[in-house]
This record gives sequence, structure tokens and C-alpha cells, in this order.
Amino acid sequence: MNVMQDVEKQVTDTEIKFAARNVNVFYGDAQAIKDVNVDIRDKMVTAFIGPSGCGKSTFLRCLNRMNDTIPICRVEGEIRLDGEDIYDKRVDPVQLRARVGMVFQKPNPFPKSIYDNVAYGPRIHGLARNKAELDEIVEKALRRGALWDEVKDRLHEPGTGLSGGQQQRLCIARAVATEPEVLLMDEPCSALDPIATAQVEELIDELRARYSVVIVTHSMQQAARVSQKTAFFHLGELVEFGETAQIFTNPVDPRTESYITGRIG
Amino acid sequence: MSEQHILSAFDRDIERIQAEIMKMGGLVEDAIRNAAKSLESRDVELADQVRAGDKAIDAMEERINEDTARLIALRAPTAGDLRLVLAVMKIAANLERIGDYAKNMAKRTRVLVDSPVVGDTASALRRMAMEVQRMLKDALDAYIQRDVELAEDVIERDKDIDQMYNALFRELLTFMMEDPRNITPAMHMHFIAKNTERMGDHVTNIAEQLIYVVTGERPGEDRPKADRTSTSKA
Repeated sequence: MNVMQDVEKQVTDTEIKFAARNVNVFYGDAQAIKDVNVDIRDKMVTAFIGPSGCGKSTFLRCLNRMNDTIPICRVEGEIRLDGEDIYDKRVDPVQLRARVGMVFQKPNPFPKSIYDNVAYGPRIHGLARNKAELDEIVEKALRRGALWDEVKDRLHEPGTGLSGGQQQRLCIARAVATEPEVLLMDEPCSALDPIATAQVEELIDELRARYSVVIVTHSMQQAARVSQKTAFFHLGELVEFGETAQIFTNPVDPRTESYITGRIG
Repeated sequence: MSEQHILSAFDRDIERIQAEIMKMGGLVEDAIRNAAKSLESRDVELADQVRAGDKAIDAMEERINEDTARLIALRAPTAGDLRLVLAVMKIAANLERIGDYAKNMAKRTRVLVDSPVVGDTASALRRMAMEVQRMLKDALDAYIQRDVELAEDVIERDKDIDQMYNALFRELLTFMMEDPRNITPAMHMHFIAKNTERMGDHVTNIAEQLIYVVTGERPGEDRPKADRTSTSKA
């Protein structure tokens, strides 16, 4: 118990990556997020849990302005990345998304080779001066995605030919190729079998050494396994946010207790 | 927590384990009561019943451990459910120990019937054991009713048990000093007294488990300790 608390203490000391203040999100007239305040810390995995429609994915998508692509979506309040307002007019959402990468529910590799999938981001952001540098970036990203050993001999085969779990790790490699600071993951394992899930979870734990990771998951056990901090959303509200070990052993809010013990859906 | 699980089988599993704990608690209460009674009335038959009954208590603990292990494996309990399951395992272990002490008391009764009576220490021991049994009953009631106040009261009452033990300890010493023929029965009486005092500690543990289930906090180490025989020179 004490060991665990010490570990948690260490992670609490990392700096704040995202600071969200009074965030409200609307789809037309419907309010999806109600006055959310949360600090997401660096080098730590933060899990968002909650029943379907609770706003956890919506809030995740606010963090790299993915909601900009939905015309009726309106975001109010303030979200700062390293103290900088990401909704400021001067911020280029494309540049923002290079800093805040994203992995989706279903693996969605481009219909290109494994190599080109990973090289895509570094190319458009001009991160490599020549082929050798690009090769290096691709290898590094695939290694971080825990996929290198499995694909190094077939880098020019289509990414869509990989298994589901490999495809998801390819998408993670693609997301880390641009050296992001934050990695957002929206249900990254929901389409994977338990072995592939375990591999991705192991990968998430490794990625934590380098990035701030935010993961939306329907699996509470997954949240418990991979995260250091957990946020419970319900009906658009952030009900409880705290250390994962505390949330799963002794949550403060009765709604959190009901949800994680399987009493409300 | 009055709310039901979406998965009703989960509720049924928990209810079964709760019922098993209560049944085991009942058996242990009987064991304490009968062991103390057999000691005071020198009833060897009743003492033998207590000794035989301990097997049923041990079997209950086995069953509770199996059922909680299965519940952990199949239901992955969290939060309040998790605390409950952890507490149940510890409560079963504490009850099992109390049962062992009762059995030991019954064993010594067999020896004591052939020895001289040591004053009225047998009655004093019975009073002490009856108080432990009442504490156990209250601890189990507190557990079922999620009554933190009652559990705290039980913990507080352990102080009285410690004091009763201190008094008995001195009394037995006096008897032994007066007449060496008292030494054998007095030593047995002393072991019984010490075991009864330990029963009180296990009851206290059970009450503490209930507080953990309800509040998520373990009561601090500042609980009253009044057994000073191990550090004083009589």
C-alpha cells in the first residue's frame, strides 16, 4: 500500500500538460459537456470512463480540436496546453494535432504501405531532411509502437494487410512519428482481442515515459490497469477525478461507486 | 449500498457469502458460550461438543475462502464491493482463530476437571468470555447493519477485556504463590484467560473490517491497549 502511494505521489508531481477551465460543449442546442475543470499531467496516463453518451469522447476531442470538424459543435471555456490557449485564433489546428496525436477506436491505417503510413506525418510536417532521416524516424516510431520486429522485413507491404492488433499498433506508431507531446486514445482496444489488447496496454505503459496519454475506455478494468489518474464522466459532468487506485478502491462520489461496481449504466 | 447490481448474479454471490459469514459467526458465538459454560460447570461432555464443533467452523472458513476467490475471479469487484470481499476474507480468518481459542479452552477444561478449583477464577473467566461473545455478536450485527458507531463501541470495549485479563493474571499469580499445588490449574486458567483476551483482539479486528468496508479507511493504531502484563513486573 505504501509503495503504491509513493508511486502515485511521484506521478502527481509531474507538470500540468492540459489545463481545462469551465469547458462547456454544445452540439446545436444540446449541451454535451457541462463546466468541466481538469488538469491533465505530463508523463502519465489519464483515463476517461463513464457510460455511453456521458461526454468523455467529446471532451477528449476538444483536446486537439477534433470537434472543429463538426459544424454544429461549439466549445466554450478555456483549454490550455502548456499554458497556451489552444482555441486562440492564432493556433493552427493542424500544428496542434501534430503536438497532440490521436488514435481511434478502429484501426484506420491509410491504404498505403506500412512505411508510408508512418512516414506520412513526418513528411507533411517536414521533420526529415532526407531519406536516411525519414528511415530513422519510421524505425523509431515502429519500435515505440512495439511493431518493428514484426514488420521490419515487409515495410513496403500495405498496412491494411496486418492483423487488427498490428494495425492498431501501426496507428500508434503513426501517431508518435511526429513526436507529439500528448497522445489521445479513443477506445483504442475495443476492436482488439485480449492478446492484442494486452500488447497495446503494455505499449501505453511504455509510452507514458515520454508522453502524456489520455485514454477513453469503456473497460473499467482497462482504465484500472493502464492509468494513474481516472476521470469519471456522467451526463456531461466530470463527477470525480482522482488517482486511479483511489477511484477503484474508495471513490468519493456515490455515482462513481455505482458506475464502477456495475450498478448504473 | 442498497442499490442492486445490473448483473443480479453478482448480488446473489455477495448475499451468499454474507449469509455464510453470519452462519460462521453464529457457530463461533456458540463455541465461546459453550466452552465458557463447560469450564465453569466442569461439564466434560459439553467441552467435547465444542472441540468437535470446531471442524464445522474450519469448513465454513474454507467455503467462504473458495466463494470469495471465485467472486474475485468472475466478478472483478471494485470499490465498495472490493472492500467487502477483502473484509469478508479477513473476518472469516478472525472467526476461525476465535473458534480455535474456544476449542483450546474446551481442551483445557478436560484437564482442569481433575485439578483443584482455583478460587472463583472459572466464574471470572466465564464472565470475560461472555463479554467477548457479546462483543462478537455486536461486531457481526454492526457488520450486517453497516453500523460504524456500534463497531467503534466494540473496539472501545476491548479495553474492558484487557482489564479483566490483567485482574485475572494477578489473581492467578497470587494463587500460585499461596500454594504450589495451584500452579498446574492456574497455568491452564492463565492460558485460557490469555486466549480469551486474544479473542477480544480478533473481535476488534472484525469491527475494524466493518469500518473499512463502510468508510474505506482503516481505523488508526491508536486503539486502546490495556494489557500491560507483558511489560510490567506483576
